[in-house]
Amino acid sequence: MNFDLNDDQRAIKQTAREFLTRRYPLEEVRRLALEEERGFTDDQWRELSELGWPGLAVPEADGGQGLGTVELVVVAEELGYAVAPSPLHSTTSAALLLAAAGTDSQRERALAPLAAGERIGTVAVWDDPPGRSPSEAMLAPADDDTLTGRKVLVPDAGAAEIIVVVGAGGRLWLIEKGDRVEVTPTPGLDPTRKLYALELDGAPADELRGGNGQTVTRAHAQIATALAAESVGIAQRAMEMAVSYAKDREQFDRPIGAYQAVSHRCAQMLLEVEGARSAVLHAAWALDHDPESAPLAAAMAKAYASDCGFRVTASSLQVHGGIGFTWEHDLHFLLKRAKANAHAAGDARFHRERVAELIGL
Amino acid sequence: MDLTLTAEEQAFRDELRAWIEANHPGPKPDSDEAAFEFRRAWQRTVFDAGWAGVAWPQEYGGRGATLVEQAIYGEEMVRARAPALANGLGLAMGGPVVIAHGTEEQKQRYLGPILSAEEIWCQGFSEPQSGSDLASLRTKAVRDGDEWVVTGQKVWTTLAHEAKWCMLVARTDPDAPKHKGLTYFLMDMKQPGVQVRPLVQITGEAEFNELFIEEARIPNDNIVGGEGNGWAVAITTLAHERAGLALALQMELKQLLTAVIERAREQPYNGSTAAADEIIRDRLAQLYIETEVLRLNAYRGLTAQMKYGVPGPEGSLGKWHWAEINQALTELATEIEGPAAMARDGRWTYEFLRARANSIEGGTTEILKNIVAERILGLPRMR
Repeated sequence: MNFDLNDDQRAIKQTAREFLTRRYPLEEVRRLALEEERGFTDDQWRELSELGWPGLAVPEADGGQGLGTVELVVVAEELGYAVAPSPLHSTTSAALLLAAAGTDSQRERALAPLAAGERIGTVAVWDDPPGRSPSEAMLAPADDDTLTGRKVLVPDAGAAEIIVVVGAGGRLWLIEKGDRVEVTPTPGLDPTRKLYALELDGAPADELRGGNGQTVTRAHAQIATALAAESVGIAQRAMEMAVSYAKDREQFDRPIGAYQAVSHRCAQMLLEVEGARSAVLHAAWALDHDPESAPLAAAMAKAYASDCGFRVTASSLQVHGGIGFTWEHDLHFLLKRAKANAHAAGDARFHRERVAELIGL
Repeated sequence: MDLTLTAEEQAFRDELRAWIEANHPGPKPDSDEAAFEFRRAWQRTVFDAGWAGVAWPQEYGGRGATLVEQAIYGEEMVRARAPALANGLGLAMGGPVVIAHGTEEQKQRYLGPILSAEEIWCQGFSEPQSGSDLASLRTKAVRDGDEWVVTGQKVWTTLAHEAKWCMLVARTDPDAPKHKGLTYFLMDMKQPGVQVRPLVQITGEAEFNELFIEEARIPNDNIVGGEGNGWAVAITTLAHERAGLALALQMELKQLLTAVIERAREQPYNGSTAAADEIIRDRLAQLYIETEVLRLNAYRGLTAQMKYGVPGPEGSLGKWHWAEINQALTELATEIEGPAAMARDGRWTYEFLRARANSIEGGTTEILKNIVAERILGLPRMR
């Protein structure tokens, strides 16, 4: 029993923290979120690719680093902590599904370039209008080779060239951006991750037939767990900001952190952040080593981290008082990312229902 | 990172599990007195087989178990629904304090009878005017030759009526600052100066007592850790955070959850069963998740403690989190029962009432949040 990162994982965490602190100070996050159309620059993407992050959890045979879900969540938590705008999660998500269900030729054509960072990817989950849960996608092919229909709330689709489309019954198709795919930006709650609508008009679609139910379920669980990890990082950052503000800000001649109404709020943040981190690490480990418990572990992690991310950032805003509600303060980037993450890849309610089923309710 | 048990840990678990299975004494008798004697006999059986005091060093009759093994011990005992050991406070607090601060004579004298449950221990810390602010306590001890004369009142004293020894913190120097003038004694309970009165709880049971101490006498040799060091000694007791505790508690929670889930499957509810109700499902799933999070945090805390010597921040959160979950779970259980919960004798009505104490006993949730805020987050103290 050893519930702690090993030395290599620690090294990855530290490298990520140092790199992201240098490259994504909050002024840069703000600039990217508010001024960059795609939310990132080519140079930034190149740097992330040089670190090997797009292919981190992709098998070596497919051109990735062949690391595990634990390493994936270590990096994801740091990206959350930095609130770094980047198409990395979208690209990773497409890559994980391709790794789970792609045929050899699909892997060669689409997965290898994603893993190398040569191309950007994303996953189109939600129909228009979206169902309550990601498993309600209804899009079905008109014939064997093309898709027609509309997908909404697709992250980073402006930059993505490789798109995995989720359809009825959980079927997956690989499409590439082209004439038959129209991409329109959608103003998003979270400006650090850009959203788009996709109009597919007979788009050539190549169904992913190389996997089975289990491999695809696992990939979805990895995606949800990685997003949960991001939320842990966001919540950690929001908690640190609240604690630091509560130490500095004085009212009635003492730091507000001396008042229990404020300090207990901060203690509650710690409980939730540490709990979410434990749940995420456990899910990541189970996805790598204990397939039997992995679906339940991942559902628990996403449910708990979804709530934690939103609640801790909202609570931090309350500690900050009025200044936390201003556009000028950086906290809203954290709050918005956490809230958007809570709804993506299945919200807390969806994952709790999964838990209920899995524990025999 | 490896969340499986090592070969040694697995061997420890298998051996213990097999032993419990072969020696389980069955359900405990109903009457309080008989139930206590039953638990005392069970501890004797456990002791004879070498399973009492697993955390204690081997030289003092313990097993020298690692933190993970201690956690496994707690989990397995609860999993098997084995009776609690009769001398819980002696094993978890009294013994470790004597081992850490006692003289060689004290170790020889006290440790054996704690393990065998021959001598039961109780704890005299809290007083009517000193609850969360323990260091303000007023029970005083005055030196008289080779003895000390003690007068005062203690409260919430579990097992005082069965106990031979009381871990008593009393004020020996009224002029010193409040944390400095305290001394830690081992007081013989079987003497005329000590009167025990049961304190009836909202459940109707009497798990605790009040202790009225009127010129009780304690030999000077019964001081542990030296005169005036009582606060530091008492704090080690409390800081001797029983590694397995959160894990044993989460195992209890899991058993309770299983029972609530079974109940929800049977309980008619809006034309179906409670288990089919969306809101009930959602809340039960959330409580299941919280219970898992409690377990996982506890294991992360154990790993941190084993690797770095100090528990990680997760460790301090367990007791507070457990209280919250247990209260929420028992509340939900009574809701599932519906109007039947108005009857007093139902299991869930009892559990609901008993759980009210969870956020008070062994440190209130408010004090635990203060500790987290001040010692882990570094927020300023209010005082």
